[in-house]
Amino acid sequence: MANEEITQGLATIVEEVAGVDAEEVSVDKSFVDDLDIDSLSMVEIAVQAEDKFGVKIPDDELANLKTVGDAVDYIVKNA
Amino acid sequence: MTTKDVVITGMGATTPLGGDVASTWDGLLNGASGGRTITEDWVDTYELPAKIAAPLAVEPSEVLPRVRLRRMDRCEQVALIAARQAWSDAGFELPDEENQPVDPDRLGVSIGTGVGGPSTLLDQHEVLKSQGLRKVSPLTVPMLMPNGPAAHVSLELKARAGVHTPASACASGAEGLANALDMIRAGRADVVVAGGAEACIRPITVAGFSQSRTLSTRNDDPQGASRPFDADRDGFVMGEGSGVLVLESAEHAAARGARVYARLAGAGITADAYHITGAHPEGLGQINAINTAVGTAGLSTTDIEHVNAHATATVVGDVGEATAIRKALGDHVLLTAPKGALGHIVGGAGAVESIATVLSLYNGVIPATRNLDNPDPKVELEVVSGEPRKKTLNAAVNDSFGFGGHNVALAFTRA
Repeated sequence: MANEEITQGLATIVEEVAGVDAEEVSVDKSFVDDLDIDSLSMVEIAVQAEDKFGVKIPDDELANLKTVGDAVDYIVKNA
Repeated sequence: MTTKDVVITGMGATTPLGGDVASTWDGLLNGASGGRTITEDWVDTYELPAKIAAPLAVEPSEVLPRVRLRRMDRCEQVALIAARQAWSDAGFELPDEENQPVDPDRLGVSIGTGVGGPSTLLDQHEVLKSQGLRKVSPLTVPMLMPNGPAAHVSLELKARAGVHTPASACASGAEGLANALDMIRAGRADVVVAGGAEACIRPITVAGFSQSRTLSTRNDDPQGASRPFDADRDGFVMGEGSGVLVLESAEHAAARGARVYARLAGAGITADAYHITGAHPEGLGQINAINTAVGTAGLSTTDIEHVNAHATATVVGDVGEATAIRKALGDHVLLTAPKGALGHIVGGAGAVESIATVLSLYNGVIPATRNLDNPDPKVELEVVSGEPRKKTLNAAVNDSFGFGGHNVALAFTRA
């Protein structure tokens, strides 16, 4: 799956869970600082990302995914 | 020591009669009913004897954005909707980083509920059983906790002076107001956003109330089913909704030139310590609550001209209440029973009905009791029925009682 496709897929999930406009979700954005997503919503986003991209995102890995780009890289490496 | 004057400067509601205070009040004056046939399959699936309820007139999804909805239980949603209306009605803007219309450390919240968020508990348990742990919402606990409605209002309005959730079943909304009065009089807050909320019309709650034999089964006439003080009453119609009032020290309200609806002058909270659901047979707890409310208001019983009654339309409860009111206040008081129109909003009832009481004082009119066609002769007081009664009122009481033996009476006076 191309990086761009993963970014778009994540953007759809972020919009569904946290109500952030999908167009605002880009690789340079921080989930917490830029997109205002809290730790509870991050858990939901991770679960939906696992299902969508066929990866496992354990809690200790999730803690390192600060930006959308971090999440895209993790999914590319682990899918 | 002088007692602090506490006034009502804002009101908000979402009820079976309308999505705000104006439409709810119009519904009460025009004899509308919130009673509806429950259309969900579960009524037949579980062969529930009560197939009627009084659902919200306006769905929260029409008011709140999608993401707010998915993070909140329905009970939290109705409280937030009512609180936002009350806040704006009081003349306040929503706070942001630069602008806080009330000092957060002097702003409190007191919003009661009967059960809070069991809807979330039921839904998420289904998710756990059918889809497993991963799909259980991380928001499950904050959505099901009974303090959730008050907590969401605190977050929205930046209220930090203390956030409270009285739980006294059907008296919770009234106790929310009584507690707010105490907070202001004790000097803990200048402004308290207070009331009650309930939104849990689900198979298990309808089944539970059915098994305690408290619900009306007049299924062929949903709008005529809630009949407080009527000889043919057969139980209450379960409702949902929220009422929230902005209570403010008179000093604080005057300093900002706020419009004042009425005063909350006194409150009485007592318990029966008699039976878990049944009221004391002589109405001792109810009488003491009314007397305390009148006494702390600095009034005498003859000053109270009107009682907005709890009257849920159960066979035993209504007569017991009327008798207690007569013993406490005398024969001169005029009663009304808004549950004939609203159904029973459980933990929201005392707050929504306090709004009606306040508007009766403010507008000089008492709404008629809907469905009171054949007054029970054992009710030895005049109950307004047929048409609203125009009357300049100076002082009125709102009564609320709850399973557990809770009695709350609030004394309001004209501003």
